[in-house]
Amino acid sequence: MTMTDTTEHSHVHPTPETHLTPEEQQWVDAFMNDTTLFIGPDPLIMREHQIAERTPLEQRILELEADPLRADRIRRRLAGALDEAFEMCESMGAAPGAKWADLSVAVYTASGDVAYMSNRGVIAFSAVLHHPIRHIMKYWKDEPTVGIRPGDGFFHNDARFGMVHNTDQSMLVPVMREGEIIAWVGATIHEGENGACEPGGMPSGSETPFDDGLRASPIKIVEEGKLRRDLLTFLQHSTRDPKLMLADIKVKMGAVKRVMDIVDRAIEEYGVEAFVGAIRMTVEDVENEVRRRIGEMPDGTVTVNQFVDSTLKENILIKFAAKITVQGERLIVDLTGTGPEIINRAINSPLSSTKAFFAQAILSYWWPDLPRSTGALSPIEIISEVGTWADCSYDAPTGQNLQASFRAFTALQTAYAKLQFSVEEKYANVISPWFNQINNFLWGGTTQHGEQVGNLCADLNGMGGGAKAFHDGEDAVAPLFCAMADTGEQEVMEEEVPFLQLVSKRLVRDNQGFGKYRGGMGYEMIVAARNTDSWGFMTVTSGAKFSSVGGLFGGYGCPTYPLAMVKGINIFDIVKNDPSAFDLSMERVMNEQPYEGGSYTTYHMGLQFDIAQEGELYMISQGSGGGYGDVLERDPELVMEDLQLDRISAQVAHDIYRVAWNPDTYVVDAEATSKLRASERQERLRRGKPYAEFVAEFVTEEPPAELPYYGSWGQDNDQEVLATVWDHQGPKRVRGPISEIPLINVPNRHVMKIARLEARIAELEAKHGETVKRLV
Amino acid sequence: MRIPMTEYLLIDLDSERWLCRLCGHDLGDANGNYKEGTLIYDRNPQEIHPPVLDPERYEYTFAPDPNFCRIVEYYCPGCATQVEAEYLPPGHPLTVDMIWDVASLRERWAKSGKNPEEVLNYGPGENAIADLRAQFDQPTTRTHRN
Repeated sequence: MTMTDTTEHSHVHPTPETHLTPEEQQWVDAFMNDTTLFIGPDPLIMREHQIAERTPLEQRILELEADPLRADRIRRRLAGALDEAFEMCESMGAAPGAKWADLSVAVYTASGDVAYMSNRGVIAFSAVLHHPIRHIMKYWKDEPTVGIRPGDGFFHNDARFGMVHNTDQSMLVPVMREGEIIAWVGATIHEGENGACEPGGMPSGSETPFDDGLRASPIKIVEEGKLRRDLLTFLQHSTRDPKLMLADIKVKMGAVKRVMDIVDRAIEEYGVEAFVGAIRMTVEDVENEVRRRIGEMPDGTVTVNQFVDSTLKENILIKFAAKITVQGERLIVDLTGTGPEIINRAINSPLSSTKAFFAQAILSYWWPDLPRSTGALSPIEIISEVGTWADCSYDAPTGQNLQASFRAFTALQTAYAKLQFSVEEKYANVISPWFNQINNFLWGGTTQHGEQVGNLCADLNGMGGGAKAFHDGEDAVAPLFCAMADTGEQEVMEEEVPFLQLVSKRLVRDNQGFGKYRGGMGYEMIVAARNTDSWGFMTVTSGAKFSSVGGLFGGYGCPTYPLAMVKGINIFDIVKNDPSAFDLSMERVMNEQPYEGGSYTTYHMGLQFDIAQEGELYMISQGSGGGYGDVLERDPELVMEDLQLDRISAQVAHDIYRVAWNPDTYVVDAEATSKLRASERQERLRRGKPYAEFVAEFVTEEPPAELPYYGSWGQDNDQEVLATVWDHQGPKRVRGPISEIPLINVPNRHVMKIARLEARIAELEAKHGETVKRLV
Repeated sequence: MRIPMTEYLLIDLDSERWLCRLCGHDLGDANGNYKEGTLIYDRNPQEIHPPVLDPERYEYTFAPDPNFCRIVEYYCPGCATQVEAEYLPPGHPLTVDMIWDVASLRERWAKSGKNPEEVLNYGPGENAIADLRAQFDQPTTRTHRN
């Protein structure tokens, strides 16, 4: 793996054992700095999430007596401006993501730390956008061919330089006074299309970083207020949707300008020092408050292990390990034991993106009252080694890095319940895990208006909420990354793109995380293309064999989710001829197979871009949040409510919740229910085994031989990970520290399938004595 | 003094033992892993998450694949309450999900001077009503049996 990086060259000599004199070393460093091939992501910037040291100006200001009331007035003014700018992006943005709140607007310190962020939007941006600003400050500020002047604006999208994922695009603009940068204002939007190997900006099929699409390091696209046409053309030329690129760069410029106007007025009114002091004080205050709140948690270690069942091309199991330790005011998150990166699959995440979702959990589910600031993650220590799928190397594709980074969110969200349960002052409710997959259709092709597009449905925002300790989870309520997002207006979308959601927002029966309180449910979607010369769909998630989220304190997790397809039919012709056939649900269509000649198949949720003929059906379901508490403690009346609304089947009401009822009236038979539950408790005592006996029977030395498994096995020796690798003889399991695991290239699944089929043909030919001569 | 650490588990600071909050069953050393005091069952996940699509015809059905995923259920040996359910690959060692520093807990609550059973809660919100008192010596409180 190669990466050229000036920092490494200027500060770390590649062979420290050599006997260069200090003077000679200086010559070497100077030579390397002068002859840098290219400036890649700087590890000194990219691996740090702590807030920066105070600048001399900040230091000078904060040494004086601070005025918290004045700082608060400035903050409130910024908050208003940021929310207004957020709404500008939402109402004017061309990207579906913008329309449904997948964006953020923020004010940063001079060094790039987020001081304040729009109340709505994606909180994870608060812990990742300091990276590109630090890159700009370190490499472009004093670079004669770039430089920074008032009115300049920088664009970037590559997550390896600090971004949630490559489909997001930024506009970062300096606030300057007397030639000095005193702050930054930025707007970032999930744009969708980015020229990747598949449309929509989040390719599940990328096998190299070059398949991930646009790879913009921070570039100055706006010079002194003017958008550079040559660079804009390059960006438009690099993606499938040039109109989107132009429109949203202008939208972000407009939103930033609005915030900048308020910043200018605040500075005019209060002065530079008050403004700089206010934003720096915010960052430091958040950091200090986080330390204080960590100190309120009990000392101890909570472990959350997650297992992900897909590379998005084939089913595997890869671990996301997290040990969260509290020691006084220290909180340490140790990812040791997490599975190795897979160098030709899209699921890997840069560490900075993974960390962004630690911040997402902290600022949305631990302490949602805190300002969204880089200071929130800053005091938390994170132990991770380059080379895992949650901390991938420069050469790994990251097209669908949410697969790893969302697990960071779930790790901390799950841990929260245990870390905070015995803390008196809580800032958010005790809650089960939120659903953590973007079960959704990405799409692309030629619209009914003749335009080339690629993007996604906003239904990914319909994740089911986790059950609370005192209430059922909310159905399809919000994505984990954005508390106030929208699932969008399907009718609006249908005016712009050539497919229909034939079924939208119909809850799937039994799609629950069961418990004393159940998780919020997800809904199903059935889509079909219409009136287009060229169209296709894809899906980008895991969780079709192993549940994506667990429950809490005895509650169960979510089910698993299939992709179902009916190819070779045109549903529009079918319902035109027989309108009664428009009674669609995934369950009915797949189990009854009512359309003659159709090919009915299921698939895991990693579908690479699939060409859709008119009227072919693609069906998925949103996921459920985890359940809370023992199912036998659920109020039988709540069970009946769900049964009457067809949220659960009679089988679940009886077999899981152990409720007896009158099927005509749905009146609970309290006595029979009590007996059923007592009987189930007796049954638990009968079948449950003591710990040592269970461990002896259940636990194995290593995973089942046929299961490709990645990560530590257990938690006693997290330094040692297991991996299935392929060599001349085929797959084999290896084990060792991450640094010694060979590069993992998963073979093409179609090639492997052909090999299996050829072997079967040879077997049948031998069995039937048939000799076939084939040229090879 | 007893500290509710989860919905169903208390730590008794006097004895330094894990106790079931509902029935008072002793689940072991509070400095260690409470799971060692539970009864455990290896559940086929298809029994909990039933297939919605016909499993005779389809590989992916809404039910987890038992060759990839098991649900390990932990029961209190006293009242059989399911105190935890853990999704694991078949054969994977059981997760030690929480280990607490009991001495620091003791110090913290001694400083507070409050009774954790009375003051602990589910967080903000008027509907976040919590009663986290031990049930086994509170005969007048609500019952967890139906």
